[in-house]
Amino acid sequence: MIVRILGEGQWTVTDEQLPTLNTLDAAVEAAVEAEDQSSFSNTLSALLDAVRTGGEPLPDESLEDSDLILPPSDATLEEVRELLNDDGLIPG
Amino acid sequence: MTLMKRISLIFRAKADKALDRAEDPRETLDYSYKRQLELLTKVRRGVADVATSRKRVELQGAQLKQQSDKLTEQAQKALSMGREDLAREALTRKSALTSQMSDLQAQQAQLQGEEEKLTLASQRLQAKVESFRTQKETIKAQYTAAEAQTRINEAFSGISEEMGDVGMAVQRAEDKTAQMQARAGAIDELIASGALDDASSINRGDDISRELEAMSSQSDVESELAALKAGSAPQALEQSDSTPPAQVEATPVSEPRKEEGQS
Repeated sequence: MIVRILGEGQWTVTDEQLPTLNTLDAAVEAAVEAEDQSSFSNTLSALLDAVRTGGEPLPDESLEDSDLILPPSDATLEEVRELLNDDGLIPG
Repeated sequence: MTLMKRISLIFRAKADKALDRAEDPRETLDYSYKRQLELLTKVRRGVADVATSRKRVELQGAQLKQQSDKLTEQAQKALSMGREDLAREALTRKSALTSQMSDLQAQQAQLQGEEEKLTLASQRLQAKVESFRTQKETIKAQYTAAEAQTRINEAFSGISEEMGDVGMAVQRAEDKTAQMQARAGAIDELIASGALDDASSINRGDDISRELEAMSSQSDVESELAALKAGSAPQALEQSDSTPPAQVEATPVSEPRKEEGQS
């Protein structure tokens, strides 16, 4: 499975790693819903670290789309909310 | 649905929308490639903009550092002349500069981070654009329009996701740079208005230096006077006496200017 961290690139993660990532992702989502900025920053950085350390980086020239996309490491709650809004942050 | 899934679906929807634009899928390839090159130019410009901003902040930091060092010297000088009040004033002004300086340092670090991120983004995009160009030519040469569709979809979704990502990174960097520029502009204005450098402008001189200079020339006069009174004048004359004979030998014409007459 391919995971992209926005602003950083793509990683391949194995199926065994998915449950861990899903748990961390659920925590991030809960923080977004609770509008808790500090919990959001902590859970997001834990999730991104898990991808970076557990995954295998995809070469720059690969042209594969990702199964999962994660917000940039320095994203704010506001930015993630905009990201989830179709007309939001993604240009074009 | 999880957060990561939702974000990836939004990216995919954007890519699909972009893909529908052309009638012949092979035109999509050329159109997309053109947009990729445009984006690449935009990222590079973004890197340059951030670098310019960072250099400006660095320059301001250096200016403030210079002013702050000068205030420290003034404080030392004032203290050595027994003027604690002046030293206190210089240090008070210095502490105002110190907070500005740490603010600038934080900005500089942030801009440095943006610059590095964008540089990497531009390298990634460059590699992907290059590989897209190769695939595009293969697809165009080997497949009919109908057959090409699937291959195009594959290549296209990968690159368009990258383009969405990089486009977003450029946008974020531009927003941050604009904020920094505004703050840097405010500091420039502050420096220009004299609020910061009133005490330490290098060219103009300031109230603290004027007072220190006045005190030091006063004390020079006093100490010279004291030296004369104490009878150390003959020694000074002796020293200058040793030079005229040499000069006379070298140049028979009398010297129009005498060193000891100056001060």
